[in-house]
Amino acid sequence: MTDENNCGLVCKLWRTLWRPSVRYSLGTLLIVGFVAGIIFWGGFNTAMELSNTETFCISCHEMEENVYREYKNTVHYTNRTGVRATCPDCHVPKEWHHKVVRKIQASNELLHKALGSIDTPEKFEAKRLQLAQHVWSVMKETDSRECRNCHNYEYMDFTEQGRRAVNQHSHGLNEGKTCIDCHKGIAHQLPDMRTVDPSAVVGEK
Amino acid sequence: MIRKTISTLLLLAATSLALPVTSAEVTSLRGATELNEDSAVPEQKIYNKDGEPISRDYVQQPPLIPHKIDNYQVNLKSNKCLSCHSWKHYREAGATKISQTHFEDRESNVLANVSARRYFCTQCHVPQVNAKPLVDNTFQPITAISDE
Repeated sequence: MTDENNCGLVCKLWRTLWRPSVRYSLGTLLIVGFVAGIIFWGGFNTAMELSNTETFCISCHEMEENVYREYKNTVHYTNRTGVRATCPDCHVPKEWHHKVVRKIQASNELLHKALGSIDTPEKFEAKRLQLAQHVWSVMKETDSRECRNCHNYEYMDFTEQGRRAVNQHSHGLNEGKTCIDCHKGIAHQLPDMRTVDPSAVVGEK
Repeated sequence: MIRKTISTLLLLAATSLALPVTSAEVTSLRGATELNEDSAVPEQKIYNKDGEPISRDYVQQPPLIPHKIDNYQVNLKSNKCLSCHSWKHYREAGATKISQTHFEDRESNVLANVSARRYFCTQCHVPQVNAKPLVDNTFQPITAISDE
């Protein structure tokens, strides 16, 4: 009893939580817990999906002014068949556990949003190589998993592809290459490639 | 002085009246459409997607591009064309190798990489569409360099 008297508000709540209920039946507790669980889970997933929309991505001017405007000129934004891949289609995994891992990693992006690391086009340009290399290495590690949500070697009809594509894709398949090995800079502009591939940059005198 | 200017102006006005505007008789390659009418929209041509190298028609002709180059980035940061046509990549890519002449500056000094004056490919090399010539001509490719 003396213990209970010394206990503060938080402490009392804690004890109540861990004491068996004397008022509610086990059935009521189970049903209420189950329904509350559904609401919580639904709410959690809805909130996560809200952060998985293009509107959310470009609500930050860092995204809207740089990468989004570049992407609007590319085939993944507008094309012959009218299929569009938006930001999360390529940058957020589809499978649930990969998605949650990515969402947790995104807290680093929130930190840099607060720090203003890329809050002007000039700052973004200065960091473009580093940022691109992060994405490239992740794509390489996951065997371009997000590309493969839509594109798959196995489903490609080589007879429908152009001369160059057949050659490259059939070689790539044999050599175990992944999409990002060749398809860099397809949705955003490439960074300064001097250090990545000096043969594809203007020579210095 | 003022009188001289006025007479010059009068002379100019008289000349312009004497020479009526003859625009109605001129037919451009786009066809003659009255100003108050809508002209017919020409068919949108689509670039040839992918094909064999196109043989040259005359000596010193820059080779034509036998494939689409939509959204190829060519700027100081990167050159998409060179990611296949460079000496480093042409074998693997099965592409035509960039000419050695592109490694020289204008004083004919040979450089270690592609010269800035030859870096912007589409200044000379262009992709093709299947378009009929607007004007007939009788030009024949030189047989020594063409396979046609």
